[in-house]
Amino acid sequence: MTAAIRAQNLTRRFDEVTAVDDVSFEVARGEIFGFLGPNGSGKTVTIKMLAGILPLTSGVAYIDGLDVRSEAEAVRARSGYMSQKFGLYDDLTVLENLRFYGMAYGLAGARLTARISDAVERNALGPYTGRFAGRLSGGWRQRLALACAMIHEPRILYLDEPTAGIDPVARRQLWDLLFDLSGQGITFFVTTHYMDEAERCSHLAYLYYGRLIADGTPAGLCLLPEVTPAGTRRVGISTRDAAQARRIAATLPAIHSTTLFGRSLHALIDAGADLDAVASELTRRGVVIDEIRPLGPTLEDVFVALTERRQRELDGAV
Amino acid sequence: MSALRGFRAVFYKEMLHARRDRLAIVFALVMPLMQMVILGTAIDTNVRQVPTVVFDESGRAAAAGAPLAGTQVSRAFLDRLRNTDTYHIYKQVDSDQALNDEMVAGRARVAIKIPLTFARDLLAGRQAQVLVMVDGSDSAVAGQALNVASQVGLDESLRRMLPGGLRPVIDVRPKLMFNPDSRSPNFFLPGLMAVLLLFVTTMLTAFSIVREKERGTLEQLLVTPARPLGIMLGKIMPYFALGLVELVVILLFMRFAFGVPMHGNPLLLVCLATGYVFVNLTIGLLISTSANSQTEALQLGMMTILPSIFLSGYIFPRDTMPLFFYGVSYLVPATYMVDIARGVILRGAGLAELWSNAVVLSLMGVVILLLAARRFQRMIV
Repeated sequence: MTAAIRAQNLTRRFDEVTAVDDVSFEVARGEIFGFLGPNGSGKTVTIKMLAGILPLTSGVAYIDGLDVRSEAEAVRARSGYMSQKFGLYDDLTVLENLRFYGMAYGLAGARLTARISDAVERNALGPYTGRFAGRLSGGWRQRLALACAMIHEPRILYLDEPTAGIDPVARRQLWDLLFDLSGQGITFFVTTHYMDEAERCSHLAYLYYGRLIADGTPAGLCLLPEVTPAGTRRVGISTRDAAQARRIAATLPAIHSTTLFGRSLHALIDAGADLDAVASELTRRGVVIDEIRPLGPTLEDVFVALTERRQRELDGAV
Repeated sequence: MSALRGFRAVFYKEMLHARRDRLAIVFALVMPLMQMVILGTAIDTNVRQVPTVVFDESGRAAAAGAPLAGTQVSRAFLDRLRNTDTYHIYKQVDSDQALNDEMVAGRARVAIKIPLTFARDLLAGRQAQVLVMVDGSDSAVAGQALNVASQVGLDESLRRMLPGGLRPVIDVRPKLMFNPDSRSPNFFLPGLMAVLLLFVTTMLTAFSIVREKERGTLEQLLVTPARPLGIMLGKIMPYFALGLVELVVILLFMRFAFGVPMHGNPLLLVCLATGYVFVNLTIGLLISTSANSQTEALQLGMMTILPSIFLSGYIFPRDTMPLFFYGVSYLVPATYMVDIARGVILRGAGLAELWSNAVVLSLMGVVILLLAARRFQRMIV
């Protein structure tokens, strides 16, 4: 079976700036592919190249086996895209938005009508068909945007930060919908900054200033040796004043690095160090510890570790 | 027609926008009518009744009983000036200082001084002098006031030089063609049509693409299979229709509310004007693809529209422009439209005289549309 997306040495330069630098990855059909990275690291440029609207500087990309360079039209017909801003026309009604995007994707006549009523039904938009898009609440706008992006039955859907500014209930509903649709063989390419969303993806990649620095399943990424360097292990320390604990922890030679997680502290300590010894040493220096226990790395740990390593490489190169 | 893909969808959407955007409709239809009312009723370029102050030193001296100072002589001269309808003598003063004060204060545009020696010199057959001071800050008024004064002086001189019953050898008989009454609305309104269409059609489309850029819908539109040319034509068409409706409304108003005679075929005028509407819409699109915000689009629009008006010959005749600007005026679409409008409405010109204007306008439109489509293509990045 051909991969839904196959990118090889994908590169895009704008004048002197290399926005996407020699990126390769593969996404299987029906996957929910989480594409992460800081703002401005080239995620949207990558999407535009894959969707067949931005020419590649070098490299190749195949969508369902179609070359985006030579078969851009067919690629576009197969791709849907939902931008961060949703791309809805506020002075058009729900129905009119659907009709417009359907027509823009070349649908007409009975097929257009059928697709619109299907979209309305599938997204439970029925009660709102006559309402102006500008008068919908965030969650409903998002649903309508998704319905518009899917009006032409794309095989691959690019969602650019689909849940930014959406309430938790709507977020949950969207993810339920994505799982449902991916079960039907639709591939999702999702960018997000939320780690809990990243964890729901079946496949993750991390783009850092144009370079792909991680690619794998969430579980697989957590097992990467770079995340937990040899000779160290990770512990969670629950405490009342995590910020203070972090300052004090930095003075202990056995503790390599720390990250704050709400009221607890994730610390990377010497593999050989005894937990009780660390705890008593911290207590002696004034930290009130509620609990200390061994931890596996979270995705955030993974990305922080990988980003720091990449940044050291970049700094070293200069 | 794959280059036009997306036309139908965008046209559908833009029709909905246009129908719901009340402000745009008001802008397109009401603003032009207001402008017409102002220019059609308030503005008269024929200089009449210019406020004038007079210091008749000669007449005063005569009234005071000075010898050889005929009151009638200077009075008769002033009456002649009055009769031209150009001067409104609102005040007579009795010193040079007062004469000057009236001018400086702006109450008088013209100050006339008839010196003490005026009547005496005339009666003695010597050359008599009259001082006419004109406020040069309004060139139209100044020119007219000077011309008429010289004319009156010349007439008066001839009358005195020629023996009784003899007439000047050359009699120039002017005939004002096409606008015999030299009514200002007849001259202003046909050209105004070009200016109003310029404003409305350029601005309506200037906002159309940049608005989508601001709202973030452009990004979404660009990932569809719709092509730039299809999108642009789809955006233009509703406003094209609106522009034509506006044109017809302007024509009807001009003919029936302001009584401007229509010497040519109005249908021909509408047909010739389609090219003009089209080229303005494409200029608007070009602005829209260049601007980053609606504010910027507005500024770019004004930067295009205002020079166009000045160079089009609508206000200032093109014939008197320096060669460089005369050349530039050929690149301004409004130039051709002002010519078309005045040609058809005032001179009764037909297709034979005006077809080249329409061809030039259409060619401009096509070139600019392609330019805009190219810029648009680059916006994907």
